[in-house]
Amino acid sequence: MAHRGKLVAQGVAVGLVALLFLLLVWTLVTEEGGDLAAAAARGERPEAPDFTLERLDRDGNLTLSSLRGKAVVLNAWASWCLPCKEEAPFLEQVWREERARGLVVVGLDAKDFRTDARRFVRRFDLTFPIVFDGPGDVAADRYGVTGFPETFVLDREGKVLEVFVGGITADEDRARLRAAVNRALAT
Amino acid sequence: MRAHLVALVAFGVLAVGAQAASPPNAADLEAELVCPVCETTLDQSDAPVAQRMKAFIRERIAAGDTEQEIKDSLVAEFGSGVLATPPKSGFGLVAWLLPLGALTAGVLTVVLLVRRWSRRRGPPGPERPLDADLERRVDEELARFEG
Repeated sequence: MAHRGKLVAQGVAVGLVALLFLLLVWTLVTEEGGDLAAAAARGERPEAPDFTLERLDRDGNLTLSSLRGKAVVLNAWASWCLPCKEEAPFLEQVWREERARGLVVVGLDAKDFRTDARRFVRRFDLTFPIVFDGPGDVAADRYGVTGFPETFVLDREGKVLEVFVGGITADEDRARLRAAVNRALAT
Repeated sequence: MRAHLVALVAFGVLAVGAQAASPPNAADLEAELVCPVCETTLDQSDAPVAQRMKAFIRERIAAGDTEQEIKDSLVAEFGSGVLATPPKSGFGLVAWLLPLGALTAGVLTVVLLVRRWSRRRGPPGPERPLDADLERRVDEELARFEG
């Protein structure tokens, strides 16, 4: 009887360890974030993780996959981030110039107050769609954003063509973004 | 004696009421909330978003919000990860109950082990007599030693 109890206890302990190991493996496998930038740099065109988030520019939600068929510039930003302020007018310019060709710029405001984000939108006269990701679940966990800003260029099939880590403020970065947008629009 | 008792109870009720009505302390709240960028408590962080959150806390205290209202407002913006301690409801309850469960399991294990060891040792049995040859040799050795 005592031997049986010992076996059961050992079985439970082994089961718990196996469960923890599986949890670790699952966490590592589902943590796709940082891989997006690396995969895009290798020319692999990984699928952009889908999301549905509350809009800040108007009522309702926006689902990324509803934009299939359009090229997307997904810009992760926060109102307290300095380079985000520097690049915002350029992103608005790109949106106004290229939207007729099928480009949508989406602002992904993360780790921020809604009121601050709306003030930022008014200050820079942003007219493209803005979604709110206060906890940063989409930006950090699904897209692997570790700092702001970070920008993802998606083709018309929702695949990541290019990732910009940091502000798009230098002339060469702006030229690179325009080239990526042209490639995305050509898909 | 009765009057003293009534006065004591009244004082206690007033003291508790005064504590409940006193405004929340910003320093306490900053130690109980986490900066969503650097993931340390607000009092340990100088990140821009942490500074903005500290300013928000002071604004809400000045506006008369309770501690819970301020925490709820920040959770509505940044999610439950902004709380330094998990909520005592829903899945957060697991974090509170798990250590208690582990402690109970540990105490039970120790009790079971102690019971098993004490049972195994048991009461001392009757003395076995020495066999005749060994007894004779012991007597000889003792005699030689004493003589």
